[in-house]
Amino acid sequence: MKKLALAVAAVALFAGACSSSDEPSTQTGGSSVSAPAPKGTGGTGGGTLTVFAAASLTESFTALGKEFEAQHSGVTVKFSFAGSSTLVQQLTNGAKADVFASADQANMDKAAQGGVIDGQATVFATNKLAIAVAPGNPKGIKSFADLNKAGLSVVTCAPQVPCGSATKKVEQQTGVTLKPKSEESDVKQVLNKVRSGDADAGLVYVTDATSAAGKVDKVDFPEAAQAINNYPIAAIKGGQAELAHQFEEFVLGTEGKNELAKVGFGSAQ
Amino acid sequence: MLAIPATLALALVVLPVVGLLVRSDLTRLPSLIATPSSWHALRLSLITAALATLACVLLGVPLAVVLARARFRGVRLLRSIVLLPLVLPPVVGGLALLYLLGRKGFLGMLITTLTGQSVPFTTTAVVIAQTFVAMPFLVVSLEGALRGAGDRYEQVAATLGARPWTVFRRVTLPLLLPALGSGVVLSFARALGEFGATITFAGSLEDVTRTLPLEVYTQAEVDIDSAVALSILLIVVAVLVIAVARPRSWEGGLR
Repeated sequence: MKKLALAVAAVALFAGACSSSDEPSTQTGGSSVSAPAPKGTGGTGGGTLTVFAAASLTESFTALGKEFEAQHSGVTVKFSFAGSSTLVQQLTNGAKADVFASADQANMDKAAQGGVIDGQATVFATNKLAIAVAPGNPKGIKSFADLNKAGLSVVTCAPQVPCGSATKKVEQQTGVTLKPKSEESDVKQVLNKVRSGDADAGLVYVTDATSAAGKVDKVDFPEAAQAINNYPIAAIKGGQAELAHQFEEFVLGTEGKNELAKVGFGSAQ
Repeated sequence: MLAIPATLALALVVLPVVGLLVRSDLTRLPSLIATPSSWHALRLSLITAALATLACVLLGVPLAVVLARARFRGVRLLRSIVLLPLVLPPVVGGLALLYLLGRKGFLGMLITTLTGQSVPFTTTAVVIAQTFVAMPFLVVSLEGALRGAGDRYEQVAATLGARPWTVFRRVTLPLLLPALGSGVVLSFARALGEFGATITFAGSLEDVTRTLPLEVYTQAEVDIDSAVALSILLIVVAVLVIAVARPRSWEGGLR
Protein backbone atom coordinates (compact mmCIF):
# COMPACT_ATOMS: atom_id res chain seq x y z
CA MET A 1 0.00 0.00 0.00
CA LYS A 2 2.76 2.37 0.98
CA LYS A 3 4.75 1.41 -2.09
CA LEU A 4 1.80 1.95 -4.37
CA ALA A 5 1.03 5.36 -2.92
CA LEU A 6 4.64 6.42 -3.26
CA ALA A 7 4.82 5.14 -6.81
CA VAL A 8 1.67 7.09 -7.71
CA ALA A 9 3.09 10.19 -6.16
CA ALA A 10 6.41 9.77 -7.95
CA VAL A 11 4.76 9.30 -11.32
CA ALA A 12 2.55 12.32 -10.76
CA LEU A 13 5.56 14.36 -9.73
CA PHE A 14 7.18 13.50 -13.03
CA ALA A 15 4.00 14.35 -14.92
CA GLY A 16 3.78 17.66 -13.11
CA ALA A 17 7.33 18.50 -14.00
CA CYS A 18 6.66 17.60 -17.62
CA SER A 19 3.63 19.77 -17.94
CA SER A 20 5.30 22.76 -16.38
CA SER A 21 8.17 22.62 -18.80
CA ASP A 22 5.70 22.29 -21.65
CA GLU A 23 3.83 25.41 -20.81
CA PRO A 24 5.96 28.08 -22.42
CA SER A 25 5.02 26.92 -25.90
CA THR A 26 1.33 26.47 -25.12
CA GLN A 27 1.08 29.82 -23.41
CA THR A 28 2.82 31.93 -25.95
CA GLY A 29 1.51 30.19 -29.03
CA GLY A 30 -1.35 28.12 -30.18
CA SER A 31 -0.55 25.40 -32.59
CA SER A 32 1.85 22.58 -31.95
CA VAL A 33 5.32 22.61 -33.41
CA SER A 34 6.75 19.28 -32.38
CA ALA A 35 5.94 17.36 -35.54
CA PRO A 36 7.71 18.53 -38.68
CA ALA A 37 5.16 19.41 -41.30
CA PRO A 38 5.02 17.09 -44.25
CA LYS A 39 6.75 18.60 -47.22
CA GLY A 40 5.13 18.85 -50.59
CA THR A 41 6.70 17.88 -53.85
CA GLY A 42 8.12 21.38 -54.18
CA GLY A 43 7.47 23.89 -56.92
CA THR A 44 4.22 25.77 -57.15
CA GLY A 45 1.97 22.82 -57.90
CA GLY A 46 1.00 22.28 -54.28
CA GLY A 47 2.32 21.21 -50.91
CA THR A 48 2.40 22.54 -47.39
CA LEU A 49 3.96 25.85 -46.45
CA THR A 50 5.04 26.02 -42.82
CA VAL A 51 5.21 29.52 -41.35
CA PHE A 52 6.75 30.31 -37.94
CA ALA A 53 5.30 33.63 -36.86
CA ALA A 54 5.37 35.83 -33.75
CA ALA A 55 2.37 35.47 -31.42
CA SER A 56 1.24 39.03 -32.14
CA LEU A 57 0.69 38.05 -35.79
CA THR A 58 -1.84 35.33 -34.90
CA GLU A 59 -5.00 37.11 -36.09
CA SER A 60 -3.64 38.77 -39.23
CA PHE A 61 -1.50 35.87 -40.48
CA THR A 62 -4.29 33.32 -39.95
CA ALA A 63 -6.48 35.43 -42.24
CA LEU A 64 -3.63 35.92 -44.73
CA GLY A 65 -2.96 32.17 -44.81
CA LYS A 66 -6.56 31.51 -45.86
CA GLU A 67 -6.32 34.10 -48.67
CA PHE A 68 -2.99 32.64 -49.83
CA GLU A 69 -4.48 29.15 -49.96
CA ALA A 70 -7.41 30.48 -51.99
CA GLN A 71 -5.03 32.01 -54.54
CA HIS A 72 -2.69 29.00 -54.74
CA SER A 73 -4.72 25.88 -55.32
CA GLY A 74 -3.32 22.78 -53.66
CA VAL A 75 -1.22 24.73 -51.20
CA THR A 76 -1.86 24.37 -47.46
CA VAL A 77 -0.42 26.96 -45.08
CA LYS A 78 0.41 25.79 -41.56
CA PHE A 79 1.28 28.21 -38.76
CA SER A 80 3.19 27.93 -35.55
CA PHE A 81 2.60 31.02 -33.42
CA ALA A 82 4.82 31.61 -30.38
CA GLY A 83 7.11 34.20 -28.85
CA SER A 84 9.77 35.18 -31.41
CA SER A 85 12.65 34.02 -29.20
CA THR A 86 10.99 30.64 -28.67
CA LEU A 87 10.63 30.26 -32.43
CA VAL A 88 14.29 31.15 -33.00
CA GLN A 89 15.32 28.51 -30.46
CA GLN A 90 13.18 25.93 -32.23
CA LEU A 91 14.56 26.88 -35.66
CA THR A 92 18.20 26.82 -34.58
CA ASN A 93 17.55 23.44 -32.94
CA GLY A 94 16.35 21.98 -36.22
CA ALA A 95 12.60 22.65 -36.46
CA LYS A 96 11.42 22.45 -40.09
CA ALA A 97 9.82 25.58 -41.52
CA ASP A 98 9.73 27.60 -44.73
CA VAL A 99 9.12 31.15 -43.49
CA PHE A 100 9.94 33.01 -40.27
CA ALA A 101 8.21 36.25 -39.31
CA SER A 102 9.70 37.85 -36.19
CA ALA A 103 8.30 40.55 -33.89
CA ASP A 104 11.64 42.31 -33.72
CA GLN A 105 14.94 42.71 -35.51
CA ALA A 106 16.99 41.26 -32.62
CA ASN A 107 15.40 37.83 -32.94
CA MET A 108 15.70 37.84 -36.72
CA ASP A 109 19.41 38.65 -36.28
CA LYS A 110 19.71 35.76 -33.85
CA ALA A 111 18.15 33.42 -36.40
CA ALA A 112 20.54 34.71 -39.07
CA GLN A 113 23.52 34.16 -36.75
CA GLY A 114 22.23 30.64 -36.16
CA GLY A 115 22.52 30.08 -39.91
CA VAL A 116 18.88 29.24 -40.56
CA ILE A 117 17.88 32.26 -42.68
CA ASP A 118 17.99 32.10 -46.47
CA GLY A 119 18.84 35.48 -48.04
CA GLN A 120 17.81 38.82 -46.57
CA ALA A 121 14.98 39.63 -44.15
CA THR A 122 12.49 42.32 -45.16
CA VAL A 123 10.55 44.53 -42.74
CA PHE A 124 6.82 44.16 -43.50
CA ALA A 125 5.12 45.92 -40.58
CA THR A 126 5.70 48.06 -37.50
CA ASN A 127 4.10 48.04 -34.10
CA LYS A 128 4.15 50.33 -31.08
CA LEU A 129 3.00 50.30 -27.47
CA ALA A 130 -0.39 51.34 -26.15
CA ILE A 131 -1.94 51.23 -22.69
CA ALA A 132 -4.65 48.61 -22.18
CA VAL A 133 -7.21 49.46 -19.48
CA ALA A 134 -10.54 48.04 -18.32
CA PRO A 135 -13.50 48.91 -20.58
CA GLY A 136 -14.67 52.46 -19.91
CA ASN A 137 -11.25 53.38 -18.44
CA PRO A 138 -12.55 53.58 -14.83
CA LYS A 139 -9.21 54.85 -13.49
CA GLY A 140 -9.09 57.70 -16.00
CA ILE A 141 -5.67 56.91 -17.43
CA LYS A 142 -4.87 59.38 -20.21
CA SER A 143 -1.08 59.44 -20.52
CA PHE A 144 2.05 57.40 -19.91
CA ALA A 145 2.81 59.51 -16.81
CA ASP A 146 -0.65 58.63 -15.40
CA LEU A 147 0.61 55.06 -14.95
CA ASN A 148 2.60 56.22 -11.93
CA LYS A 149 -0.50 57.45 -10.07
CA ALA A 150 -0.65 56.09 -6.51
CA GLY A 151 -2.62 52.92 -5.91
CA LEU A 152 -2.60 51.86 -9.55
CA SER A 153 -1.76 48.24 -10.37
CA VAL A 154 0.32 48.29 -13.56
CA VAL A 155 1.69 45.24 -15.39
CA THR A 156 4.37 45.30 -18.11
CA CYS A 157 6.47 42.88 -20.12
CA ALA A 158 9.85 41.82 -18.71
CA PRO A 159 12.75 43.83 -20.23
CA GLN A 160 14.05 40.58 -21.72
CA VAL A 161 11.20 40.37 -24.24
CA PRO A 162 10.58 42.85 -27.11
CA CYS A 163 7.51 44.57 -25.59
CA GLY A 164 9.45 45.00 -22.33
CA SER A 165 12.48 46.52 -24.02
CA ALA A 166 10.15 48.93 -25.84
CA THR A 167 8.64 49.85 -22.45
CA LYS A 168 12.12 50.51 -21.01
CA LYS A 169 12.92 52.72 -24.01
CA VAL A 170 9.78 54.82 -23.45
CA GLU A 171 10.60 55.08 -19.72
CA GLN A 172 14.06 56.43 -20.57
CA GLN A 173 12.67 58.90 -23.10
CA THR A 174 9.98 60.24 -20.78
CA GLY A 175 11.90 60.04 -17.49
CA VAL A 176 8.88 58.24 -16.01
CA THR A 177 10.01 55.09 -14.18
CA LEU A 178 7.17 52.59 -13.74
CA LYS A 179 6.80 50.34 -10.71
CA PRO A 180 5.04 47.35 -12.25
CA LYS A 181 3.31 44.73 -10.09
CA SER A 182 4.56 42.06 -12.45
CA GLU A 183 6.87 41.75 -15.46
CA GLU A 184 5.27 39.14 -17.69
CA SER A 185 7.13 37.00 -20.21
CA ASP A 186 4.84 37.80 -23.08
CA VAL A 187 2.44 40.49 -24.13
CA LYS A 188 -0.66 38.26 -24.11
CA GLN A 189 -0.09 37.57 -20.39
CA VAL A 190 -0.10 41.33 -19.76
CA LEU A 191 -3.38 41.61 -21.65
CA ASN A 192 -4.86 38.71 -19.65
CA LYS A 193 -4.00 40.38 -16.34
CA VAL A 194 -5.89 43.50 -17.49
CA ARG A 195 -8.82 41.44 -18.78
CA SER A 196 -9.11 39.49 -15.51
CA GLY A 197 -9.21 42.81 -13.64
CA ASP A 198 -6.10 42.13 -11.58
CA ALA A 199 -4.18 44.90 -13.27
CA ASP A 200 -5.64 48.40 -13.77
CA ALA A 201 -3.40 49.00 -16.76
CA GLY A 202 -0.95 47.09 -18.89
CA LEU A 203 1.54 48.10 -21.56
CA VAL A 204 0.81 46.08 -24.68
CA TYR A 205 1.14 46.53 -28.41
CA VAL A 206 -1.47 48.61 -30.26
CA THR A 207 -2.36 45.44 -32.18
CA ASP A 208 -3.05 43.39 -29.04
CA ALA A 209 -5.31 46.10 -27.64
CA THR A 210 -7.09 46.40 -31.01
CA SER A 211 -7.63 42.63 -31.28
CA ALA A 212 -9.10 42.57 -27.76
CA ALA A 213 -11.46 45.51 -28.41
CA GLY A 214 -14.51 45.23 -26.17
CA LYS A 215 -12.56 43.35 -23.51
CA VAL A 216 -10.10 46.20 -22.94
CA ASP A 217 -9.93 49.87 -23.96
CA LYS A 218 -6.88 51.20 -25.74
CA VAL A 219 -5.18 54.42 -24.62
CA ASP A 220 -2.63 55.72 -27.13
CA PHE A 221 0.22 57.93 -25.97
CA PRO A 222 2.54 60.02 -28.17
CA GLU A 223 5.78 58.77 -26.54
CA ALA A 224 5.09 55.31 -28.02
CA ALA A 225 6.55 56.66 -31.27
CA GLN A 226 9.97 56.60 -29.54
CA ALA A 227 9.97 52.81 -29.57
CA ILE A 228 8.74 51.50 -32.89
CA ASN A 229 9.13 47.76 -33.37
CA ASN A 230 10.00 46.43 -36.81
CA TYR A 231 8.63 43.07 -37.96
CA PRO A 232 10.98 41.33 -40.43
CA ILE A 233 10.11 38.28 -42.55
CA ALA A 234 12.54 35.84 -44.22
CA ALA A 235 12.72 32.45 -45.90
CA ILE A 236 14.28 29.52 -44.02
CA LYS A 237 17.25 27.58 -45.42
CA GLY A 238 16.33 24.13 -46.64
CA GLY A 239 12.65 25.09 -47.02
CA GLN A 240 10.61 25.42 -50.20
CA ALA A 241 12.31 28.55 -51.47
CA GLU A 242 9.88 29.40 -54.27
CA LEU A 243 6.69 29.00 -52.23
CA ALA A 244 8.29 30.82 -49.30
CA HIS A 245 9.21 33.70 -51.58
CA GLN A 246 5.64 33.87 -52.90
CA PHE A 247 4.29 34.06 -49.35
CA GLU A 248 6.75 36.84 -48.48
CA GLU A 249 5.61 38.83 -51.54
CA PHE A 250 2.01 38.22 -50.53
CA VAL A 251 2.58 39.58 -46.99
CA LEU A 252 4.45 42.61 -48.41
CA GLY A 253 1.74 43.17 -51.06
CA THR A 254 -1.70 44.76 -50.94
CA GLU A 255 -3.46 41.82 -49.28
CA GLY A 256 -0.84 41.71 -46.54
CA LYS A 257 -0.95 45.45 -45.95
CA ASN A 258 -4.77 45.38 -45.65
CA GLU A 259 -4.93 42.49 -43.17
CA LEU A 260 -2.10 43.90 -41.05
CA ALA A 261 -3.67 47.38 -40.98
CA LYS A 262 -6.97 45.88 -39.72
CA VAL A 263 -5.43 45.02 -36.34
CA GLY A 264 -3.41 48.23 -36.13
CA PHE A 265 0.03 47.39 -37.55
CA GLY A 266 1.85 50.33 -39.14
CA SER A 267 3.36 50.00 -42.58
CA ALA A 268 7.08 49.53 -42.99
CA GLN A 269 9.07 52.77 -43.35
CA MET B 1 14.13 -9.44 -18.17
CA LEU B 2 13.47 -6.23 -16.31
CA ALA B 3 16.92 -4.87 -17.07
CA ILE B 4 16.12 -3.47 -20.51
CA PRO B 5 13.00 -1.42 -19.67
CA ALA B 6 14.60 -0.41 -16.37
CA THR B 7 17.68 0.86 -18.22
CA LEU B 8 15.47 2.72 -20.69
CA ALA B 9 13.54 4.30 -17.83
CA LEU B 10 16.76 5.41 -16.16
CA ALA B 11 18.06 6.76 -19.47
CA LEU B 12 14.87 8.76 -19.91
CA VAL B 13 15.51 10.47 -16.58
CA VAL B 14 19.28 10.86 -16.80
CA LEU B 15 19.98 11.60 -20.47
CA PRO B 16 18.08 14.92 -20.68
CA VAL B 17 20.14 16.19 -17.74
CA VAL B 18 23.28 15.02 -19.55
CA GLY B 19 22.07 16.89 -22.63
CA LEU B 20 21.76 20.05 -20.56
CA LEU B 21 25.25 19.60 -19.10
CA VAL B 22 26.80 18.95 -22.51
CA ARG B 23 25.25 22.09 -23.98
CA SER B 24 26.35 24.31 -21.12
CA ASP B 25 29.68 26.06 -20.94
CA LEU B 26 30.83 24.81 -17.54
CA THR B 27 33.69 27.30 -17.31
CA ARG B 28 31.25 30.21 -17.61
CA LEU B 29 28.79 28.60 -15.18
CA PRO B 30 29.85 30.54 -12.05
CA SER B 31 29.72 33.90 -13.81
CA LEU B 32 26.34 33.12 -15.36
CA ILE B 33 24.82 32.04 -12.05
CA ALA B 34 26.40 34.71 -9.84
CA THR B 35 24.05 37.53 -10.83
CA PRO B 36 21.81 39.40 -8.38
CA SER B 37 18.67 38.21 -10.20
CA SER B 38 19.57 34.53 -9.93
CA TRP B 39 20.38 34.84 -6.24
CA HIS B 40 17.09 36.65 -5.68
CA ALA B 41 15.30 33.90 -7.58
CA LEU B 42 17.09 31.11 -5.67
CA ARG B 43 16.41 32.71 -2.30
CA LEU B 44 12.76 33.33 -3.17
CA SER B 45 12.39 29.75 -4.42
CA LEU B 46 13.86 28.22 -1.25
CA ILE B 47 11.79 30.44 1.07
CA THR B 48 8.49 29.97 -0.76
CA ALA B 49 8.98 26.22 -1.26
CA ALA B 50 9.76 25.85 2.47
CA LEU B 51 6.67 27.87 3.45
CA ALA B 52 4.53 25.91 1.00
CA THR B 53 5.82 22.62 2.42
CA LEU B 54 5.02 23.84 5.94
CA ALA B 55 1.50 24.75 4.80
CA CYS B 56 1.19 21.31 3.16
CA VAL B 57 2.12 19.62 6.46
CA LEU B 58 -0.17 21.77 8.61
CA LEU B 59 -3.16 21.29 6.31
CA GLY B 60 -2.32 18.00 4.61
CA VAL B 61 -1.68 15.81 7.66
CA PRO B 62 -5.13 16.37 9.20
CA LEU B 63 -6.71 15.96 5.76
CA ALA B 64 -4.91 12.65 5.16
CA VAL B 65 -5.95 11.34 8.59
CA VAL B 66 -9.58 12.31 7.98
CA LEU B 67 -9.57 10.76 4.50
CA ALA B 68 -8.00 7.53 5.72
CA ARG B 69 -10.07 7.12 8.86
CA ALA B 70 -13.42 8.71 8.06
CA ARG B 71 -16.36 6.43 7.39
CA PHE B 72 -18.94 8.89 6.04
CA ARG B 73 -20.60 8.76 2.64
CA GLY B 74 -18.81 10.58 -0.12
CA VAL B 75 -15.33 10.10 1.33
CA ARG B 76 -14.24 8.35 -1.86
CA LEU B 77 -15.37 11.31 -3.93
CA LEU B 78 -13.49 13.62 -1.55
CA ARG B 79 -10.39 11.50 -2.03
CA SER B 80 -10.55 12.03 -5.81
CA ILE B 81 -11.17 15.77 -5.46
CA VAL B 82 -8.08 16.15 -3.29
CA LEU B 83 -6.01 14.63 -6.10
CA LEU B 84 -7.31 17.17 -8.63
CA PRO B 85 -4.19 19.39 -8.59
CA LEU B 86 -2.17 16.30 -9.61
CA VAL B 87 -4.04 15.87 -12.86
CA LEU B 88 -4.81 19.51 -13.65
CA PRO B 89 -2.26 21.25 -15.84
CA PRO B 90 -0.65 23.76 -13.44
CA VAL B 91 -1.62 26.67 -15.68
CA VAL B 92 -5.28 25.71 -15.21
CA GLY B 93 -4.71 25.66 -11.47
CA GLY B 94 -3.21 29.14 -11.74
CA LEU B 95 -6.21 30.44 -13.68
CA ALA B 96 -8.57 28.88 -11.14
CA LEU B 97 -6.70 30.54 -8.27
CA LEU B 98 -6.69 33.86 -10.13
CA TYR B 99 -10.45 33.69 -10.66
CA LEU B 100 -11.03 32.85 -6.99
CA LEU B 101 -8.50 35.12 -5.28
CA GLY B 102 -7.98 37.77 -7.97
CA ARG B 103 -9.41 41.25 -7.49
CA LYS B 104 -12.59 40.22 -9.34
CA GLY B 105 -12.81 36.75 -7.73
CA PHE B 106 -15.42 36.38 -4.97
CA LEU B 107 -12.94 35.48 -2.25
CA GLY B 108 -10.45 38.02 -3.57
CA MET B 109 -13.08 40.79 -3.42
CA LEU B 110 -13.88 39.81 0.17
CA ILE B 111 -10.19 39.89 1.13
CA THR B 112 -9.74 43.29 -0.52
CA THR B 113 -12.79 44.68 1.28
CA LEU B 114 -11.70 43.35 4.67
CA THR B 115 -7.97 44.05 4.54
CA GLY B 116 -7.42 46.47 1.68
CA GLN B 117 -4.85 44.05 0.25
CA SER B 118 -5.03 41.96 -2.89
CA VAL B 119 -3.42 38.55 -3.28
CA PRO B 120 -2.14 38.31 -6.90
CA PHE B 121 1.38 39.62 -7.59
CA THR B 122 2.51 38.94 -4.01
CA THR B 123 4.89 36.39 -2.50
CA THR B 124 1.84 35.02 -0.65
CA ALA B 125 0.33 34.18 -4.05
CA VAL B 126 3.46 32.18 -4.92
CA VAL B 127 3.17 30.18 -1.68
CA ILE B 128 -0.55 29.56 -2.28
CA ALA B 129 0.08 28.36 -5.85
CA GLN B 130 2.89 26.04 -4.67
CA THR B 131 0.79 24.67 -1.80
CA PHE B 132 -2.08 24.03 -4.22
CA VAL B 133 0.02 21.88 -6.55
CA ALA B 134 2.20 20.21 -3.88
CA MET B 135 -0.30 19.22 -1.19
CA PRO B 136 -1.69 16.12 -2.98
CA PHE B 137 1.78 14.54 -2.86
CA LEU B 138 1.81 14.76 0.91
CA VAL B 139 -1.79 13.60 1.26
CA VAL B 140 -1.28 10.62 -1.08
CA SER B 141 1.88 9.45 0.72
CA LEU B 142 0.30 9.77 4.16
CA GLU B 143 -3.07 8.35 3.32
CA GLY B 144 -1.52 5.27 1.73
CA ALA B 145 0.62 4.70 4.82
CA LEU B 146 -2.32 5.21 7.17
CA ARG B 147 -4.60 2.84 5.31
CA GLY B 148 -1.81 0.28 4.99
CA ALA B 149 -1.10 0.39 8.72
CA GLY B 150 -4.77 0.12 9.67
CA ASP B 151 -6.11 1.45 12.96
CA ARG B 152 -5.32 -1.52 15.22
CA TYR B 153 -2.73 0.38 17.27
CA GLU B 154 -5.00 3.35 17.71
CA GLN B 155 -7.83 1.11 18.90
CA VAL B 156 -5.57 -0.61 21.36
CA ALA B 157 -4.33 2.73 22.67
CA ALA B 158 -7.92 3.89 23.01
CA THR B 159 -8.97 0.78 24.92
CA LEU B 160 -6.04 1.38 27.27
CA GLY B 161 -7.58 4.73 28.11
CA ALA B 162 -5.73 7.20 25.84
CA ARG B 163 -7.72 10.25 24.78
CA PRO B 164 -8.09 10.89 21.00
CA TRP B 165 -5.54 13.71 21.00
CA THR B 166 -3.03 11.52 22.89
CA VAL B 167 -3.65 8.67 20.42
CA PHE B 168 -2.98 11.04 17.52
CA ARG B 169 0.17 12.43 19.10
CA ARG B 170 1.66 9.25 20.56
CA VAL B 171 0.50 6.55 18.15
CA THR B 172 -0.71 7.91 14.79
CA LEU B 173 2.03 10.51 14.22
CA PRO B 174 5.01 8.23 15.05
CA LEU B 175 3.56 5.57 12.72
CA LEU B 176 3.34 8.20 10.00
CA LEU B 177 6.85 9.60 10.28
CA PRO B 178 8.48 7.67 7.40
CA ALA B 179 5.62 8.47 5.02
CA LEU B 180 5.56 12.05 6.28
CA GLY B 181 9.26 12.31 5.43
CA SER B 182 8.81 11.17 1.86
CA GLY B 183 5.67 13.30 1.51
CA VAL B 184 7.57 16.36 2.68
CA VAL B 185 10.41 15.72 0.21
CA LEU B 186 7.98 15.23 -2.69
CA SER B 187 5.96 18.34 -1.79
CA PHE B 188 9.08 20.46 -1.42
CA ALA B 189 10.42 19.22 -4.76
CA ARG B 190 7.11 19.91 -6.49
CA ALA B 191 6.86 23.38 -4.92
CA LEU B 192 10.44 24.16 -5.96
CA GLY B 193 9.71 23.24 -9.58
CA GLU B 194 6.33 25.01 -9.73
CA PHE B 195 5.98 27.15 -12.83
CA GLY B 196 2.58 27.23 -14.52
CA ALA B 197 0.34 28.10 -11.59
CA THR B 198 2.84 30.67 -10.31
CA ILE B 199 3.28 32.60 -13.56
CA THR B 200 -0.48 32.64 -14.14
CA PHE B 201 -1.60 33.53 -10.62
CA ALA B 202 1.32 35.38 -9.05
CA GLY B 203 2.95 37.02 -12.07
CA SER B 204 6.68 37.47 -12.41
CA LEU B 205 8.62 40.22 -10.63
CA GLU B 206 12.19 39.96 -9.39
CA ASP B 207 12.52 39.37 -5.64
CA VAL B 208 8.71 39.27 -5.20
CA THR B 209 7.26 36.50 -7.35
CA ARG B 210 9.98 35.47 -9.83
CA THR B 211 11.11 32.07 -8.53
CA LEU B 212 13.96 30.09 -10.10
CA PRO B 213 11.81 28.30 -12.73
CA LEU B 214 10.29 31.66 -13.77
CA GLU B 215 13.77 33.20 -13.93
CA VAL B 216 14.86 30.33 -16.20
CA TYR B 217 11.91 31.02 -18.48
CA THR B 218 12.55 34.79 -18.53
CA GLN B 219 16.27 34.33 -19.20
CA ALA B 220 15.55 31.83 -21.99
CA GLU B 221 13.99 34.73 -23.90
CA VAL B 222 17.33 36.55 -24.20
CA ASP B 223 20.23 34.37 -23.18
CA ILE B 224 19.79 30.63 -23.47
CA ASP B 225 23.24 30.02 -21.93
CA SER B 226 22.29 31.69 -18.70
CA ALA B 227 18.92 29.88 -18.73
CA VAL B 228 20.81 26.57 -19.03
CA ALA B 229 23.14 27.62 -16.19
CA LEU B 230 20.13 28.43 -13.98
CA SER B 231 18.53 25.10 -14.89
CA ILE B 232 21.65 23.32 -13.67
CA LEU B 233 21.46 25.31 -10.44
CA LEU B 234 17.84 24.19 -10.02
CA ILE B 235 18.80 20.55 -10.66
CA VAL B 236 21.63 20.75 -8.12
CA VAL B 237 19.26 22.14 -5.49
CA ALA B 238 16.65 19.44 -6.24
CA VAL B 239 19.23 16.63 -6.08
CA LEU B 240 20.60 18.05 -2.80
CA VAL B 241 17.12 18.11 -1.28
CA ILE B 242 16.45 14.52 -2.26
CA ALA B 243 19.93 13.33 -1.20
CA VAL B 244 19.73 14.98 2.21
CA ALA B 245 16.21 13.83 2.99
CA ARG B 246 16.13 10.45 1.29
CA PRO B 247 18.27 8.00 3.33
CA ARG B 248 16.13 8.06 6.46
CA SER B 249 12.66 8.96 5.44
CA TRP B 250 12.25 7.80 1.86
CA GLU B 251 13.83 4.39 2.18
CA GLY B 252 12.18 4.04 5.55
CA GLY B 253 8.87 4.62 3.80
CA LEU B 254 9.64 1.96 1.22
CA ARG B 255 10.62 -0.68 3.76
